[in-house]
Amino acid sequence: MRKIISVALLIYVWQVSCLAQAPSTAQPLNTNPALEAQVNTISNELRCLVCQNQTIADSNADLAIDLKNQIRTQLTQGRTQAEILDYMVQRYGDFVLYKPPLKASTWFLWLGPFVILLLAFFFLWRQIQVRKKLLSEQQFSQAELARATALLNNGAPNNIAQPKDRP
Amino acid sequence: MKRYLVPLALFVLLLGFLGLGLQLNPREVPSPFIDKPAPQFTLGILGNDTASFSPAQMRGQVWLLNVWASWCVACREEHDLLMTISQQKIVPMIGLDYKDKVADAELWLKERGNPYALSISDSKGQVGIDYGVYGVPETFVIDRNGVIRFKQIGPLTPQIFQDKILPLIRKLNA
Repeated sequence: MRKIISVALLIYVWQVSCLAQAPSTAQPLNTNPALEAQVNTISNELRCLVCQNQTIADSNADLAIDLKNQIRTQLTQGRTQAEILDYMVQRYGDFVLYKPPLKASTWFLWLGPFVILLLAFFFLWRQIQVRKKLLSEQQFSQAELARATALLNNGAPNNIAQPKDRP
Repeated sequence: MKRYLVPLALFVLLLGFLGLGLQLNPREVPSPFIDKPAPQFTLGILGNDTASFSPAQMRGQVWLLNVWASWCVACREEHDLLMTISQQKIVPMIGLDYKDKVADAELWLKERGNPYALSISDSKGQVGIDYGVYGVPETFVIDRNGVIRFKQIGPLTPQIFQDKILPLIRKLNA
């Protein structure tokens, strides 16, 4: 009986402490869904420099949370998305953008694959030309031509065994 | 034989690029601040509630801005070196106590020694954001005109200090 009471008491204490914690854990639920959606859009464009393969929208790193708050504050101050992205680039460099900008230092990144594709097409085309030329220039000796004629006329050259007649 | 040479050469080239990639540290992102003026701010000084610091006060001298925090494990690695730099009076050093509690920070300096001329308390991390800080510790070398000339991400090592920072300080002071 004592055991049951103590267990019940424990559960009660646990529940009360959960209730006591509830307000602080549920707090960040936003008041303005439109603003929050905008914060999310911008956060998805930015790389978290602490954990580099995540956007700051995905990341729970301290810095990512600070930057999300920064975005929220700046949005409420009426700044545009472009202005906020620019603010981040000024501080963290182009690397902070998940999608690298097209500029002199990144043109190879953007255009490189297409350049390589064009090169591949060029080499393929050249290879085809070489083959074509090779085929058209192919010369046969008299002996080869005679053998080919023999094959065409008789069905088989002499040195190949004739199939046996069927009974 | 010749037909195997081309793929082999391409493979060796690929290996070369991959090998090069292994040598690089992906955490070292080129800072957009190099050769740009250090962002201005005014913040309270750690352990002195009435005084404040602004980078403009360091005009006319070459100085280091070292970002640290008592919660930062890697800061322990460089602390001895910072103490040496400070004891030998090589260059004035200002600490930026990043996202830290004042009591913890003061305890840290008391226990390990204080290499800084003064430390600024950036408890909210706003100055950290303005300086593009993402991996504490970080160290900035700032010249006489308040222009950032070098940034070290991660702990300073005696080798980095000897090879990169010391020559730069000498050059800037010359």
